[in-house]
Amino acid sequence: MNLTVARLTVRGLLGRRRAILLLVVPVLLLLMAVVASASSTADTDKHDLTVSILGTLGLGTLVPLLGLVVGTGVISTEIDDGSIVYLLAKPLPRRVIITTKLAVAVLTSWVFAAVPTLIAGLILDGTADRLALAYTVGTLVAGAAYSALFLLLGVVTRNAVVVGLAYALVWESLVGNFVKGARTLSIQQWGLSIAKTIASPGAITADVALGAAIALLVIVIVATTAFATVRLAGLTLSSDD
Amino acid sequence: MAVITIDKVSRWFGNVVAVNDVSMSIGPGVTGLLGPNGAGKSTLIHMMSGFLAPSAGSVTLDGVPIWRNQEVYRAIGLVPERESMYDYLTGWEFVLANAELHGLPDPGAAAARALALVEMEPAQQRQTGTYSKGMKQRVKMASALVHDPAVLLLDEPFNGMDPRQRLQLMELLRRFGAEGRTVLFSSHILEEVEQLARHIEVVVAGRHAASGDFRRIRRLMTDRPHRYLVRSSDDRRLAAALIADGSTAGIELDWQERALRIQAINFQGFTALLPKVAKEAGIRLYTVSPADESLESVFSYLVSS
Repeated sequence: MNLTVARLTVRGLLGRRRAILLLVVPVLLLLMAVVASASSTADTDKHDLTVSILGTLGLGTLVPLLGLVVGTGVISTEIDDGSIVYLLAKPLPRRVIITTKLAVAVLTSWVFAAVPTLIAGLILDGTADRLALAYTVGTLVAGAAYSALFLLLGVVTRNAVVVGLAYALVWESLVGNFVKGARTLSIQQWGLSIAKTIASPGAITADVALGAAIALLVIVIVATTAFATVRLAGLTLSSDD
Repeated sequence: MAVITIDKVSRWFGNVVAVNDVSMSIGPGVTGLLGPNGAGKSTLIHMMSGFLAPSAGSVTLDGVPIWRNQEVYRAIGLVPERESMYDYLTGWEFVLANAELHGLPDPGAAAARALALVEMEPAQQRQTGTYSKGMKQRVKMASALVHDPAVLLLDEPFNGMDPRQRLQLMELLRRFGAEGRTVLFSSHILEEVEQLARHIEVVVAGRHAASGDFRRIRRLMTDRPHRYLVRSSDDRRLAAALIADGSTAGIELDWQERALRIQAINFQGFTALLPKVAKEAGIRLYTVSPADESLESVFSYLVSS
C-alpha cells in the first residue's frame, strides 16, 4: 500500500462526475427497499421481495455494474490520458501500485454496494432468515472479485468497459440464465453461494458449492492482481509519431 | 556520471519500423535530439525512459537495462510530451505527490525547491487544469526534478511555449547541463536545438542521420545544394548570367513550367548573386521560390551525406 497512490486514486475516482454514477446503486437499492416494504405486509411476500431486490437487482446487476465503474475507474482513466506516467516513472514496485488501487476499488464497492445492501435488507425483512447479513457478505466478496477482475481489464484493454459489460451482462446474466454450467464461472454465483451458507437453510438458492466458490474467488482475485501487476510493469506508452 | 547508451536499437510496430538500428551515447551536458515529426524521436525517448521495449538491441543507463527496471527512476527525471497530469490537483499537490512517490525523506522541502527552480510558486495553489501550456510544462519540469535526478529526458519541451517561457526553460536546461547532468530533449526545430545544445543527434525516418557538434551539423545543413524555381522576364539571359558565377551548379529551362530550375551550391552566395545579376542585366524577377526547403528534404540530404 502506498498512501500517495491511494490519495490520488480516491480523488480521481470520487472527484469527477463518475462519482454520481456510484450513487445510483445505493439510491436505487434503498428506494426500492422503502417502496417495497411499505407496499407489502405478508411474510412470504417480504422474503420474495428481499431475494429479488438484494439478489437479482443488487448482487445480480448493480454490484457488477458498480464493480465495473470502480474497478476500471481506479486505473483506466490514468492509462488513457497518459498521467499514469507519473506513477510509473518512480522507484515504486508495480505490485504496490496495483494492490493500492485494488484496495481503493474494493473499499469503494463496499461503501457504495455492501453498506446499502445491509440497510436495504434490514428495511425489507429485518433480520429474518439472516437474509440481510447473507446478501451483505455476498456483496462484499463479489464486490472484491469484480473490482480485481475489472481492474485487470482496465490495465490490459482500452475497451475495458465494453469487455466488462459483456462479461457482466452477457455471460453472467444472459448465458448464466440458460446454461447451467456457465454459472460455475460467475462471480455473482460465488457470492450467492456464500450468502446461501449464511442465510437460513433454503432461504437462498445457489448453484455453486461453497468450497468451489471460495476457491474460485481466491484464485480470481490473486491471479487477476498478479497479472495486472505484470502488465503494468510492461506498460508501453503509445507514441504519437 | 550518467550515460545512456543506445546500442544497435531497432523498434518496430507491426510492419512499421519506427527506429532502425540506432546507436548513440548520451552523456553529461545538453544533447538535442533533432528530427522531423514522425522520425522516431518519441519512440527513442520512450525507450530511454523505460516505457517501451526495444525490439532489438539494448538501451542502458550506466550499463543497466532501463526496460522493466523501476530502480532507474531514482536517476531519471522524465518530462513527457502529453499534458494530462491529474487536473484536479494544484501545482503544489502534484509536485508534492511526485516527491512522495519517490520516497524522498522530506517531500515538502523537495517540492518547494523544485517549484522555485521553475518559478512556479506564484501559481502553485491553482489547479493544474487551469494552467497555460507553458505553466504545465514548467510544473511537469518541477515534477521531474523533484528528486534531483542525474538524467533529465524531455519530449518536445518547447511545444506551445511563448518566446519568454522558451528562453526561461533554455536557461534552466543550460544550467542543468553545466552542473554535469545528462539532459536530452527532442525537437523538430533546428534553431531551438542549436541555441541550447552543443551536441546534436539527428534522426530521420527512424535512422540515425548525424551526430556531433551543432556547428558541424549546421554547416552540413546550410552547405547542401539548394534548389530554386525562378521565373523572370527573360529566363534564358538570366540563366546565362547566373551560370557564369561559381555559386551555381546547374540550371535547367523547364518548358512546361516556363521557369528556371536552379541548383545553387553556396546558399549565401547565390541569394546575394541572383538579385544583383538580374538588376545588372535589366531582367525582372517574377518568382523566386525554394523548391525543396521542407525540413524533410533538409534532413534527407543529411542522411545521404
